[in-house]
Amino acid sequence: QVLLSKNYEKALEEIDENLIYWPRFIRHKCKQRFTKITQYLIRIRKLTLKRQRKLVPLRRKIERRENRREEKALIAAQLDNAIEKELLERLKQDTYGDIYNFPIHAFDKALQQQEAESESESEAEREEEEEDDEDKREFVEAEDSELSDFEDMDKLETSSEEEQEEEEEVEKKASHSKSKGKTPLKGPARRKRPYIEIEYEEETEPGTKTKAA
Amino acid sequence: AGEGSGPVPGDGTGPPDSERVLFPPTFSVSEIKNKQRRHFMFLRWKQQQRKAKLALKKKRRKEREALGDKAPPKAIPKTIENQRVYDETTVDPNDEEVAFDEATDEFAPYFNRQTVPKILITTSDRPRGRTVRFCEQLATVIPNSHVYYRRGLALKRIIPQCIARDFTDLIVINEDRKIPNGLVLSHLPDGPTAHFRMSSVRLRKEIKRKGKEPTEHVPEVILNNFTTRLGHSIGRMFAALFPHDPQFIGRQVATFHNQRDYIFFRFHRYIFKSEKKVGIQELGPRFTLKLRSLQKGTFDSKFGEYEWIHKRREMDTSRRKFHL
Repeated sequence: QVLLSKNYEKALEEIDENLIYWPRFIRHKCKQRFTKITQYLIRIRKLTLKRQRKLVPLRRKIERRENRREEKALIAAQLDNAIEKELLERLKQDTYGDIYNFPIHAFDKALQQQEAESESESEAEREEEEEDDEDKREFVEAEDSELSDFEDMDKLETSSEEEQEEEEEVEKKASHSKSKGKTPLKGPARRKRPYIEIEYEEETEPGTKTKAA
Repeated sequence: AGEGSGPVPGDGTGPPDSERVLFPPTFSVSEIKNKQRRHFMFLRWKQQQRKAKLALKKKRRKEREALGDKAPPKAIPKTIENQRVYDETTVDPNDEEVAFDEATDEFAPYFNRQTVPKILITTSDRPRGRTVRFCEQLATVIPNSHVYYRRGLALKRIIPQCIARDFTDLIVINEDRKIPNGLVLSHLPDGPTAHFRMSSVRLRKEIKRKGKEPTEHVPEVILNNFTTRLGHSIGRMFAALFPHDPQFIGRQVATFHNQRDYIFFRFHRYIFKSEKKVGIQELGPRFTLKLRSLQKGTFDSKFGEYEWIHKRREMDTSRRKFHL
């Protein structure tokens, strides 16, 4: 083996000298091979200076395992329920402030306020307080069912005139705040809200506003 | 030499008639050499097991009904989450040390409202159509984010430029065979870098929903189930992507839900139908992430100091052990 010089031209000459008695064609091919080798060595050196893509082999078994586990985790996660629960929690904890005027929460706040202060309410309020204390959920459902049937007008003895006024106001509010909402939902929401809204706004408006602020 | 291993003559060569159907107790169905017969016996055995199970259930139900109110409470079924191996780095909400750490780590300026998040989203070289569209959609989901294409630029050179232009976070989406499969999330002024494996990416048009596009409102953020210290820091990283004050008018919520070390990202629009019911509608892309490594400084694959790397052989041994 002959070590060629580092200089490209000198190396070519050395090839010629060493293969002096070989046919011309062979010498030519040899020089071509040498040229190619030097070129790719140059390219390698240039490339290593730039960023190179690192190829990481995928392991089939592991990929399959991870995909399967991901599916199972997705099922176990029950994302929709979790998100809904979290949103309701936030609603309860009043992170949304005054945007959503749902009476139950306002009513609870009103209760707390009224318990702290002196008592001077009407009978209707007292009745509903007791019900609320016992079982919130039943109260909600009962009221919803009652109101949806529009049967029991006894509890809501507040004057009908105010009802109508405030119904319109509340409806306008609803349409403004939920301008992006889906229209079919507006129907029942609008139906139920104004009715319950009335009590809330009458009794506790100043109270809730201070609390929210 | 004299002992016979087979049936001893004089005893009767086989079991008596009444016992012919019974097998010795150590017999199992798999010992029958004939496949058809074995299959048949196995099916029969399976049926018997099922019957026995049903009978047991009925009995238990009857007992429970008979006892009525005094019946013991129903047993809680074991789930993987229940059986999870207790991780000692689980964060206790009242832990002072954790609170102190969080007040002084790299996200403190964000949580103290000193910095406003500004995010740069980019891809690996030569992104294909799907990745490009995904980047665009991600940019609409995350407020104050910009998509820039990488034309073969080295990340190490991009990072000082980003810092100079006041970006707080860098997201690089890695692509392989025309689908995005990796995410590098780097908090810029010298913050931690997290490298995730991304899977099941769904673009907006692939999600079955009828909603419109996400608007420009700042969404709320929900971070679920980030229990350990590591999970906590990752959760804070995600929280630092979004501006602090969500605009509730927009009614949009971005959720990062961690379940068994897989982080599911969803983007929804919600509407409160009543005080106990909320409806959500999915818009925006969805993807799942699995954490691969967490580095202390910004992206540096060779000399970086890794806080956590997923080591398959050590960490994947138990099915009940999770790290986030």
